[in-house]
Amino acid sequence: MAKELAGLDKQKLKDYWSYNVKLTTITMIIWFVVTYVAIFFAPELDKIVIFGFPFGYYMGAQGSLIVFVILIFNYSNKMNKADKDYGVEEEEE
Amino acid sequence: MVGGKSFLDNLAKIYAIYTGGFIIFVIGLAIAEQMGLSNKMIGYTFMGLTIALYAFIGISSRTAKISEYYVAGRSVPPIFNGMATGSDWMSAASFIGMAGTIFGLGYDGLAYIMGWTGGYVLLAVFLGPYLRKFGQYTIPDFLGARYGGHAARTIGILAAITASFTYLIAQVTGVGIIMSRFLSLDFQVGVFVGLAGILVCSMLGGMKAVTWTQVAQYIILIIAYLVPPVTMSQKVTGFPVPEIMYGQVLQKIDAKEKVINADQKEKDVRTLWKAESDKIAADIKGLPGTLDAKKADLQAKLAALPPDAPAADKEKITKAIAGLPKDPADAKEKWEAAKKKADTQAKEIKPYLQPFARLDMKNMLALTFCLMVGTAGLPHILMRYYTTPSVQDARKSVGWSLFFIFLLYFTAPSVAAFARNEVLSNVIGLPIAQLPQWMANWGKVGLVSFKDINGDGILQFYELTIGADAIVLAMPEIAGLPYTISGLVAAGGLAAALSTADGLLLTISNALSHDLYYKMINPKASINLRLAVSRTLLVVVAVISAYVATFKLTIIVELVAWAFSIAAASFFPALVMGVWDKRANKAGALAGMWIGFLTCVTYMVGSRFYGLDIWGIKTISSGLFGIPLGFIVIYVVSRMTAPPSQELQDFVESVRIPRGAAKEHEEGMSTGH
Repeated sequence: MAKELAGLDKQKLKDYWSYNVKLTTITMIIWFVVTYVAIFFAPELDKIVIFGFPFGYYMGAQGSLIVFVILIFNYSNKMNKADKDYGVEEEEE
Repeated sequence: MVGGKSFLDNLAKIYAIYTGGFIIFVIGLAIAEQMGLSNKMIGYTFMGLTIALYAFIGISSRTAKISEYYVAGRSVPPIFNGMATGSDWMSAASFIGMAGTIFGLGYDGLAYIMGWTGGYVLLAVFLGPYLRKFGQYTIPDFLGARYGGHAARTIGILAAITASFTYLIAQVTGVGIIMSRFLSLDFQVGVFVGLAGILVCSMLGGMKAVTWTQVAQYIILIIAYLVPPVTMSQKVTGFPVPEIMYGQVLQKIDAKEKVINADQKEKDVRTLWKAESDKIAADIKGLPGTLDAKKADLQAKLAALPPDAPAADKEKITKAIAGLPKDPADAKEKWEAAKKKADTQAKEIKPYLQPFARLDMKNMLALTFCLMVGTAGLPHILMRYYTTPSVQDARKSVGWSLFFIFLLYFTAPSVAAFARNEVLSNVIGLPIAQLPQWMANWGKVGLVSFKDINGDGILQFYELTIGADAIVLAMPEIAGLPYTISGLVAAGGLAAALSTADGLLLTISNALSHDLYYKMINPKASINLRLAVSRTLLVVVAVISAYVATFKLTIIVELVAWAFSIAAASFFPALVMGVWDKRANKAGALAGMWIGFLTCVTYMVGSRFYGLDIWGIKTISSGLFGIPLGFIVIYVVSRMTAPPSQELQDFVESVRIPRGAAKEHEEGMSTGH
């Protein structure tokens, strides 16, 4: 048995993992929508023009990228907090 | 000393001073240019100074500790690992070629923008933090530990080397091109000078040296990338934020394309291209007779030359003969490509903003997907997440990586738009005699060419050909900036190519020295022997790649695109399932990796050379079939065979939580100096 698992509450480990799965799923859904759904509907989205940018084009060139950056930082903040909440964080050196 | 404690404590300060110093240096050089410093000297100063700088960092980061050599002592803070990953990731193709690709493909080119950034989301949630928790040295290490035995590790080594080596050759070629263009060196010489620049960074200090050099390279490449579009935006729109301002430029492009499509002279040029296409079609139909006829015709001309004809005439015909396709099959391929180009130019310009004008929706979706998964499966990127101090830092670090990549990628579409607007509005329609200077400059190296096919003395849209690489390289001249900025852009391109080459070289030599030699052949090897083997292999691999690069094989660019699909189909499913599916076992992983890899390669070779076609998917997106199949096979085969041992299941359990992550490895500490 890996030494770091010793002394950890089984239920807590399970809860931690299902929290992670939930967060990952939400992240993946948003990731999917801003890229693939946005490509699929690009001709329709292009009818909306903001500041010269057809919206479909904007999503491909910049919009999806901004969402990606936010998604990763959001995931990292939430998981880093969850580590502590579920008592699985790294030991201080 | 670089990498020491006082260095790590003062990272922000050191790199801030470095950045300031670099900016002052560029300004100083611009002033010197005003005072008469020649372009050639500016080129040499930039190349010489930046390479000397990288060499300095490389040499002062030398190390004899295994953990520093392989994973930079796991001491790289998230922001700096983000910068290092950024330059590790952004290659010569990202820096020089991507804006040009969008320039040519319009909306459809954005598949590259989304694909090469969206992959980091996959990396952040499926792999990065778990690999850091696992905390060894290489990606095959993980496969070996998770699936047991040498079999999975061996496939890992093969896939890592295949994907990285083709990629490496492309980088070395990129270095050679930049060196030869800006220093007017021979291409071959340029390759080997660049090679020295790569080796001096990685050989003595391994990952530690590469990391701190890559941070320095990132700073140079991002400054170099941003200066021209910012200036251009100020010039064209009166506001220096190109990423926001190019919306109005897009509208101008759209309007201008309509004007060009309606113009009578443009219509004439298109009709001429139609005739050209028909002529090529007849040539293809008449093969092999037409090829023989062309050859006989040229040889007759050569024989008919009077003995006192100038040598240049003779040389021209000899060259034309040598340039003919070597056999009917070759002729068919070349002429079909020429016909395709003629066909495109016989039709109206497809709107830049219109989705799916050049790549259908299916292929756009497939390409974006393959690039994303490939990004998350490339070993030289994955291994960077071994270098952060903790799992939490690894998570943050993926965010910073994408942020630093984002700075360049979200500017690239604006570079493309400004360049296209400039060409459509200010170049097309000019008399040939009055074309701007930058066209002549880049014409000399073959990146810009034009031919007045309707003979009216005025440039029409389809009389002009601009190579994708010209867009970024010529931007400073288009924006009317001094030559110093052109030198800066070249230094940026060089930094992008060198940094990627360093990461790739290290991946390959580590796969050989650590995974193959130490883990499989000689597990008793001492630390000194391991480092010696690794350094020797580094030099050997580097020399082989430079040697291959000197042939300038055209297939290389294609192979790089293939590397993504290969990494995506062979690595990604086994790595992800290793963390996410406790039931996945050795049999499943082996079957999945092989089937994913073979499916992908079969479709590549089949569609590229033998006319294989499923749903019209292009060769570049071959991973589309291998990736899902890899996952399915791992899932099914694992469930048909015995579950992994309790020990391995506990191992998966432990990888999923940050607690207990390896800090700086004990091994090798005592031999440090």
